[in-house]
Amino acid sequence: MRCNRWAADMFIFKLLLKNAFRHKLRTALTLFGLVVALAAFGLLRTIVGAWYAGVEGSSSTRLVTRSAISLTFPLPLNYAQRIKGVDGVAAISWSNWFGGVYITERNFFPQFAVEPVSYLALYPEYRLTADERLAFLRDRQGAIVGRKLADKFGWKVGDQIPLRGTIYPGTWTFNLRGIWDGAEAKTDESQLLFHWDYLNESIRKRFGNRADYVGVYIVGINEPQNAALISQRLDAEFKNSRAETLTETESAFQLSFVSMSEAILVAIEAVSYIIVVIIMAVMANTMTMTARERLAEYATLKALGFAPSFVVKLLFGESLLIALLGGLAGLALTLPLAAAFGSAAGTLFPAFHVTPLTMALQLLAALIVGAVAAAWPAWKMSRIDIVQGLRHVA
Amino acid sequence: MKFIPASYIARNLWVRRVTTLLTAGGMALVVYVFATVLMMSEGIRATLVATGQPDNVIALRKGAGAEINSAVERAQAAILESLPGIATDAAGRPLISKEPVVLNNLPKRGSGKPSNVTVRGTTERGLQLRPQVQMVEGRMFRPGTSEIITGRAIARGFQGAGLGETLRFAGRDWTVVGVFDAGRTGFDSEIWGDAEQMLQAFRRNAFSSVVFRLADASQFEAIKAALEADPRMTVELKPETQFYAEQSEALAKFISILGTALSVIFSIGAIVGAMITMFAAVASRVGEIGTLRALGFRRGAVLLAFLGESLLLSLVGGLLGLAAASLMQTVNISTTNFQTFSELAFQFKLTPTIAWQTIAFALFMGLVGGFIPAWGAARLKIVDCLRAA
Repeated sequence: MRCNRWAADMFIFKLLLKNAFRHKLRTALTLFGLVVALAAFGLLRTIVGAWYAGVEGSSSTRLVTRSAISLTFPLPLNYAQRIKGVDGVAAISWSNWFGGVYITERNFFPQFAVEPVSYLALYPEYRLTADERLAFLRDRQGAIVGRKLADKFGWKVGDQIPLRGTIYPGTWTFNLRGIWDGAEAKTDESQLLFHWDYLNESIRKRFGNRADYVGVYIVGINEPQNAALISQRLDAEFKNSRAETLTETESAFQLSFVSMSEAILVAIEAVSYIIVVIIMAVMANTMTMTARERLAEYATLKALGFAPSFVVKLLFGESLLIALLGGLAGLALTLPLAAAFGSAAGTLFPAFHVTPLTMALQLLAALIVGAVAAAWPAWKMSRIDIVQGLRHVA
Repeated sequence: MKFIPASYIARNLWVRRVTTLLTAGGMALVVYVFATVLMMSEGIRATLVATGQPDNVIALRKGAGAEINSAVERAQAAILESLPGIATDAAGRPLISKEPVVLNNLPKRGSGKPSNVTVRGTTERGLQLRPQVQMVEGRMFRPGTSEIITGRAIARGFQGAGLGETLRFAGRDWTVVGVFDAGRTGFDSEIWGDAEQMLQAFRRNAFSSVVFRLADASQFEAIKAALEADPRMTVELKPETQFYAEQSEALAKFISILGTALSVIFSIGAIVGAMITMFAAVASRVGEIGTLRALGFRRGAVLLAFLGESLLLSLVGGLLGLAAASLMQTVNISTTNFQTFSELAFQFKLTPTIAWQTIAFALFMGLVGGFIPAWGAARLKIVDCLRAA
């Protein structure tokens, strides 16, 4: 009996396969549409995900202290000592956003003036060789960059990198002393770091009063579970002072950037679902046409004594089979596509990877498309009148 | 050559209503995305371009590019103030406004998420320089006080920014005494207060920008050349319209490139849909095609008939999509302009150019999707067709 059952299942499967490829051109076109749509769906989700990469790459043992007004207001350098004295603070470093332009505005990448020794200690995921590290620390005009950034512009250690300052006027030239590799895939490799002292001394010479100011403090803590408490203590320390502070975890700090462009992210996300609806319409169209053409066949099956549910099964099976094939092919295409897109976008996104969740969603979307597409024709076909069906000429 | 009547084409689409609707629906969605993206990018551009006044000139520190990066020292601002050729108001005062511009991180209403809002210190003159700015609620701030007025988009979108509410920043409580409407320009996303009070509160001693109006706009080049030759000055002059147009460039371009890339990928799906529908239309009408040919219609006429059917299909989709997109014009959205790093509220804007581009895009999809099936139909032999029927 079980053997028979299995044979029957195999038979149905064969029938589905034969049915699915009866109209080779139509099925091929539908599959093509499915593949493109699902690959696009995966790619869009990956783009949205990449936006949040900075958040995922942040550490729970780092806090960021900035001016309470907004990021564009600096904090005095003497806060460093006071922050160090706050209970729970293990380490401190600071950085200034430089905002320089490399040749043209199109070559945007983040640049920070940092206090090198403490900064590198706080970011152990930036892996430099001992020689490169030493060379960077020794050269006041030295700079280090992430691997991705170096690859984008073809920089090698020893190159000179000129940047035109937009916040700090003039042309600044840095000697490339090292290229770091990220410890993990999500580590940011698209930045340039250089000596804060170099920036500060130049400012002191040229502007005097703008010297000794820091963009943000990066605070290292040993007890991530107390992050909120330590943040409160820090901000309380500077309450009602000339420059009040706002401290948050590094991930909250990064998230605040992401949420600024939220409207665009929401739009991309919405669009990624629209494409699934588009392909649903195409697929539903294919199934409706298929069903209409086979009206006489289904009527015959019913006349032979097959239950209406058999016809329903046939239609759903065929639709799901096509959708699944398209889904798998789309999935297979997404990976090389994402890799190509990631390298083309270069330093725009610190990290660019297709997550397992995205892949699962792609397959799920394919199955939903298959099921929805078959629903209307299946319902209609299960209700056809045998006589009318047999009379019908497709 | 005799043409196959258009009513034949239209009726064929009507006979297969469900298929037609599904195919046109798929296309309509693609067209909707295409049009919306163009409208978004146009909306941003229009908002910022309209922000600048044609005969206003803005002075920023050389190379700054945006107001928040810029610093114009008091001494330099004084030199600018004494320039000849600046327009005067009815009372004979020169129309010039020295303004500190800072970003302030404020929480939005509802979500509570912080976003950067532009805070501008200005004077009575600043209001005169921007005739598009009108007070709609309350009154103008009094000089020398901690009173502020907020743009419409800010008053609606941010906590504590409505009329009568107070905002706390830079160590002070600021009372909102008025709300202004800037006619859908960038100023709608700003907070304005007294320039000297702002300088004190934010502990600045330099202005960010100086805006003035020329009595004679054609004098711009001469004044610019004279100032750039002046060794005391490190400023750069730009017509205000050009300055704001540049501010919109990066974001508008980003959105239109992203959107066009998406539309092209999506259109593949819609073209495939059209192709499937047209192949089926041809396959089910082989007998009819044979009859038409036997009646004396040429291959070209058959080709045109099927191509026409596909184009009509895509036109329906295009119009549906455009209609849906035009509804978006009522939606207000805001996002951070990453060139100025500050909040910008804008609306989707549908222009005739965009409407034409959209319809052309839809017809293009119909043409590409319908050509191969139509070509195939035209190439069928009469005998085979009639036999198949």
